[in-house]
Amino acid sequence: MIKFLKSIFEKLIEGTLFLSSTITTLAIVLIIIFLFKEGIGTFNQTPIEDGFSLVVNKNNPINELSAPEIKNIFDQNITNWKTVGGKNDSITLFNLDNIGEFYSDSAIGENFEFLPQCISDYTEKNPGVVAFVSTRYTEKGFTGKILTTPKVKVTEFISQKEWFPTAQPAAQLGVLPLILGTLWVSFGAILIALPLGLSTSIYMAEIASPKIRNILKPLIELLAGIPSVVYGFFGLVVIVPEIQKLFNLPVGETALAGSIVLAIMALPTIITISEDALRTTPKSMKEASLALGANKWQTIYRVVIPYSGSGITAATILGIGRAIGETMAVLMVTGNAAVIPHSFLEPVRTIPATIAAELGEAPQGGLHYKALFALGCILFIITMAINLIVGYISSKKKYNAK
Amino acid sequence: MIISKKVIQNKNLKEKIAFNIFRIFSAIVVLSLIAILSFITYNGISVINWNFLTQMPEDGMTKGGIYPAIIGTLYLVAGSMIFAIPIGVFSGIYINEYTKDSWYKRFIKLMTNNLAGIPSIVFGLFGMSLFVNTLGFGDSIIAGSLTLGLMVLPVVIRTTEEALKAVDNSFRLASLALGATKLQTIRKVVLPMAFPNIITGIILSIGRVSGETAPILFTVAAYFLPKLPSSIFDQVMALPYHLYVISTSGTNVEASRPIAYGTALVLIGFVLIVNLLANALRRYFGKKVKMN
Repeated sequence: MIKFLKSIFEKLIEGTLFLSSTITTLAIVLIIIFLFKEGIGTFNQTPIEDGFSLVVNKNNPINELSAPEIKNIFDQNITNWKTVGGKNDSITLFNLDNIGEFYSDSAIGENFEFLPQCISDYTEKNPGVVAFVSTRYTEKGFTGKILTTPKVKVTEFISQKEWFPTAQPAAQLGVLPLILGTLWVSFGAILIALPLGLSTSIYMAEIASPKIRNILKPLIELLAGIPSVVYGFFGLVVIVPEIQKLFNLPVGETALAGSIVLAIMALPTIITISEDALRTTPKSMKEASLALGANKWQTIYRVVIPYSGSGITAATILGIGRAIGETMAVLMVTGNAAVIPHSFLEPVRTIPATIAAELGEAPQGGLHYKALFALGCILFIITMAINLIVGYISSKKKYNAK
Repeated sequence: MIISKKVIQNKNLKEKIAFNIFRIFSAIVVLSLIAILSFITYNGISVINWNFLTQMPEDGMTKGGIYPAIIGTLYLVAGSMIFAIPIGVFSGIYINEYTKDSWYKRFIKLMTNNLAGIPSIVFGLFGMSLFVNTLGFGDSIIAGSLTLGLMVLPVVIRTTEEALKAVDNSFRLASLALGATKLQTIRKVVLPMAFPNIITGIILSIGRVSGETAPILFTVAAYFLPKLPSSIFDQVMALPYHLYVISTSGTNVEASRPIAYGTALVLIGFVLIVNLLANALRRYFGKKVKMN
C-alpha cells in the first residue's frame, strides 16, 4: 500500500515537472496570440480616426484617397485633383475653424445647430473642396460625397516612407524608416563589435595565459550584466557630446552613437559564444598543425577558426539579434527621428525605441496602439528567424563533427 | 636555406603582428569597460550617502533620494523570482532527468531558446496586453513581476539544466542500484550536487531582472511616486526606469544629473555585488564538491 502511494506521489511530481516544462512553449504561444491579435488589428482599420470622415463635392469623381495622398493634400503638396486621378480642378481645403468667414453666426446657429447644413452647403457650392469633419455633421441631409479610405495594407505598412501615427487627418504608418533605422544601427554596431569581439575571444581562447584569462572572463561577464539603461546613460552623457564635438554636428544623438553603445553591449555575447566555439577545437588537430611546422598564428587561422566557423557565425548572428532587439540604450542616444537615414551622423529611430517611446501615449485599442503591436510582431518575426538560423547552424555543426 | 629562413621570419613576423592586434583589441574592450565603470563611479560616489538611499525623491526629482525606486526594484526581483525559480528549476529537472533524447526534449529546448531570444520590449508589449489589459491587473507589481519572470525563465531553465548535466551519471546509477527511486535519487543525490550551480544561475538572473527597463515600462513602472506600495496591485518606481526618466525627461534634466549618476552607480553596484556573490559561491561550493 505504501509502495503504491509512493509511486502515485512520484507520478504526481513527474506530472508537475512536466507541466513546468511546457510553460516556455505556452509562453511563446501566448506571446504570438496576444502580439498578433493586436498587430493584425492594424490592417482592419482605416488610417482616418474613428468618428471622422473626409467629404468632397458630390460631382467629384474621386471615391477614395490613400493615407499619403490625404497627407499631401492637407500639407498642400498636392493642389490639383488631377494628381490623384480626378478632374483638372484645384483643391480647396476646408477648415472648420474658418467657417465664420463664409457663414454668419446666425446661419451657423447659436449652438452650432446648423453647422451640418453649412458644411453641406459649402461642399455643394465648391467643386474642388475637401473637408475633414466629424461624422456627426454628415449623418443626415448631407449633399456632398463621403470618401472611403482603404484599410491599412500590409504592403503599404512595410513600404511607405513616413511614420507619423498621430497625424491628422490620416495617420501615416510607414515602417520603412524604422526598419532601415534598426538595420543601420545594428549593422553599424556589428561592424564595430565584430573585430573587437573576435580578437578578444581569440586572445582569450588561444593566446592569453590562464591567469589573464581568469581575469578577463569575469570582466566580460560583468560587461554582460550591466543594465542597458546604464549603457544608455553613459552614451547620453559621454558618447553623444563627444560625437557632437568631434564631427561638429548640431546634435550628437545619431546613428553612430547608437552603434557604439550597442557595440559595447553586443560584445559579451559575441566574445563568450565565439570563445566557447574556439575552445571546442580538438587539441589533436591543433597539435597536428603545430607538428607540421605551422606556428601558432597559422594554426589559429588555418585550423582553429575554420573548425569553429559555425560557432563564430552563430555568435555574430546572436550579436546582431541582441542589437536589433535592444531598446533602452538606443532610445536614449539615437535622437529618435523617424526619417530614412542617409548617414551615420544623422538621428535615426529603431523599431524597439519607437514602441518604448510611443506606447505610453497611444490610446488602448486605437490604430496607433495596434500599429505599435504590429511593430512588435515584426521584431518578433526577425528575432525568431535569427534564433532558428542559429539553431540550424549549430545543429549542422554537430552533424559535421560526427 | 636562406629562403626558408626568410619564410620563417616572415611567418613569425605575421604572428607577432596578428597577436599584437588581438592584444590591443582585447585591451580596448577591457579599457572601455573600465572607463564606463570608473566614469559612473567617479561621478556617482559623491552623491551616494545614507540619505540618498533612504529618502523619498523631492522637488520634481531634483533633490532627495531614491528609496522608493530601490524598494520597487526589490519587490519586482522578489515577485519575478517567486514565479521563475520553481517553474524554471522544475522544467530544468524534467528536461534533464525525465526526457530521453526525444523530439520532445529538442522541442522544449528550441522553445526555451526562442523565448530567450525574444527582445525585452516584446515582453513589455505582451505583458501589457495580457496581464495589464486582458487580465485586468492594471499597472501593478504583479503584472511587472510576471512579465519579468517570464523573460528570465529561460535563464533559470538553462542554468538548472547545465548544472544537472554536470552531475556525473555514475552517482545516479549508484543511487538507483541501492534501491532508491528516481525521485529519491534526484532529491537526495542529484539536486544537492547541482545546487551550487543552480544558485549561481538564479543569482545571475536576479542581476538581469533588476536592470531591465523595457518590460516594466508599460506594466508597472511609475514615473514619480513618493510612497511605498501597499499591495501587489500597486504601481512602483524602479531603479532602471528611474534612471531612464531622470536622465531624459525629468522636469529639470541638468539639476537631476547628480541623482542620475547616483542611481546608475547603485544599479552597477547591485549588479557587481550579484556577480561577485555568484562567483564566490561557485568557487566555494566548487571546492566543497570536489573535496567530497
